[in-house]
Amino acid sequence: MNTPAPLPTHSFLRRLLQRWGAHPEARKHPAADTDVTVLPLPPRLILPLAQHIGAPARPLVQAGQYVLRGELIAEAQGAISAPLHAPTSGTIIGIADVPVPHASGLAGPAILLETDGRDEALPAEHADPFSLEPAEIARRVAAAGVVGMGGATFPSAVKLALGQKNPIPTLILNGGECEPYLSCDDRLMRERAPEVIDGARIILRAIGGERALIGVESNKPQAIAALRAAADGIADVDIVEVPSRYPMGSEKQLISWLTGREIPAEGRSADIGVMVQNVGTAAAIHRAIRFGEPLTRRIITVAGGAIRTPRNLEVRIGTPLSTLVAFCGGTTEPVARWVMGGPMMGLSIHSLDIPVIKGSGGLLGLVEHELAALPEPGPCIRCAACVGACPIGLMPLEMAALIKNGDLKASVEIGLKDCISCGTCSFVCPSQIPLVQYFNHAKGELAAQGRNRMKQDAIKELVDARESRMEREAREKAEAAERRKAERARAKAAAAAKASAAVQTNEETTA
Amino acid sequence: MLIAVVSLSVMGAVFGLGLGLAARFFHVERDGAEAEIEAMMPGTNCGQCGFPGCAGAAEALIAGDAPASCCPPGGLQLAEALAARLGLPLDASAIQPQRPRIAEVREDICIGCTKCFKSCPTDAVLGAVKQIHAVIREACTGCAKCEEVCPTGAIELAPVPVTQQTWVWPKPVSA
Repeated sequence: MNTPAPLPTHSFLRRLLQRWGAHPEARKHPAADTDVTVLPLPPRLILPLAQHIGAPARPLVQAGQYVLRGELIAEAQGAISAPLHAPTSGTIIGIADVPVPHASGLAGPAILLETDGRDEALPAEHADPFSLEPAEIARRVAAAGVVGMGGATFPSAVKLALGQKNPIPTLILNGGECEPYLSCDDRLMRERAPEVIDGARIILRAIGGERALIGVESNKPQAIAALRAAADGIADVDIVEVPSRYPMGSEKQLISWLTGREIPAEGRSADIGVMVQNVGTAAAIHRAIRFGEPLTRRIITVAGGAIRTPRNLEVRIGTPLSTLVAFCGGTTEPVARWVMGGPMMGLSIHSLDIPVIKGSGGLLGLVEHELAALPEPGPCIRCAACVGACPIGLMPLEMAALIKNGDLKASVEIGLKDCISCGTCSFVCPSQIPLVQYFNHAKGELAAQGRNRMKQDAIKELVDARESRMEREAREKAEAAERRKAERARAKAAAAAKASAAVQTNEETTA
Repeated sequence: MLIAVVSLSVMGAVFGLGLGLAARFFHVERDGAEAEIEAMMPGTNCGQCGFPGCAGAAEALIAGDAPASCCPPGGLQLAEALAARLGLPLDASAIQPQRPRIAEVREDICIGCTKCFKSCPTDAVLGAVKQIHAVIREACTGCAKCEEVCPTGAIELAPVPVTQQTWVWPKPVSA
């Protein structure tokens, strides 16, 4: 596979013709203007077992056990999963179902850790990534529990492993951060640019890549300058400015903008020789490999109209959100909606008892006027604003109409599975139709149907197995009865023969 | 005594042979469509449709005596597949409201009689004599056969609990 080289003359035209997306107000200030502050250790950490896409981790600790920072407390199970490590030293209180960040609002299992404030760490193994084999880098990243920090939380090592099979020439680091309010990646790039660049080079080594492109939106000039300074003299890393437009920070969009290539429908970026990782993930991989540090902390933006001092905090995974809000001075106005993540794709939450997890990029306390006034959705006027805005080039209005009528199959035929749930269609819809919610519903419904089909197939096998077992048992029973009968008959015959022989000898003697 | 044993054995052999020959020579070749429909059904012969087993339901479906939505364990998915295969009209409202249900053991009143265990067509009940039984959720179709035989009412159907893994975004209500 060739390295996708952008063609300057054509790329200008190509980019000019890409009209997708929307321009929500950025609202990144004042949080983006202050340095990242380290949040003091909270008294208690809540560590959900499902912080990543894939199978939840399996706990390895018991109530009352003392753990050190960086100690493995839950292991990955299954091909796509990630382990969990203690973010600080302390005592395990127990494992319980508690409120966790999930769109359903359902409780989920979590390990509860009482911190002791000493923050003692396990001895860590430092390494030089450029003397490690690529497979060893992937193994260490897996062991460190690194997942996609941009919010998707896909286990990073699974992605790196793709590069072991076929080298992936191009790495793209996603510094887009196109969601309004969020500035955690911006601050990371400004303050820790060398970590990001080093992370990029480690990933390149792991996937056999040739060059890395770091795409940063034009509204972050300081981040671009910091990265350029850090990458000075490094030949295989380039920093590219991309326009500020939602959803530029989506994998498919960034790839198409930077390389001019498109991921095939229902395909993966590795199919076209490209891998995308978030800048935060790159920094986490840098720490995991260089310093043997598992993923136990992250930067999160606390912002929104109701927050007294919006800022970026570096927090331990598992810190309750209420601690973050208190540290930022609490709220100044009544909060109309708490959102975890960005306002476009984040989830609305109803409790501040839930913890920060590996994929949490933001906590927003939004006041009434920051929310879209949501009257009853109107009828679709077929203006096609959503068609123009869809970054994938789908027809959201048609898909939603089909799903509304329950025809999920037809909506898949016109591309439902390629929808990235970015919400741009809902954002631009003049009738305020909750388009993306239809798509999320349909995707979940299709997944549920798939699970159901698998269950039915498995059950059919069980029924067959039971039937053949019953038959076998009946046959064995019949055979045993037969055998017993034959034995009895034989015994009887022998007895009769004996008797008749006796009679004969008797007769002979009398004769 | 010997006469009785011999004569009964001979009769048994003759009747057995007769049955065996009858099974071979009077074998009814089943309609291909019927076998196909039966293969689509859950195959547990639970009888909730009111027909004698899945084969009976398949026959009734082909004859047009049963609606596409006649199979409760199959749910909406099977009803849709049947309607598509046989060109039947589908009244989705007949099955929509019922959420899938599976058996659940109330451990405080289970006496460990193994009746449910023996009647389960999918081996979904786990247990032994005088041991509390349990249901393997992944294997239960909710056919309710166990519910009928339980002498204490300790096993009953309950809606499948929703977990984070099985939760689905609700469909928007209006618009």
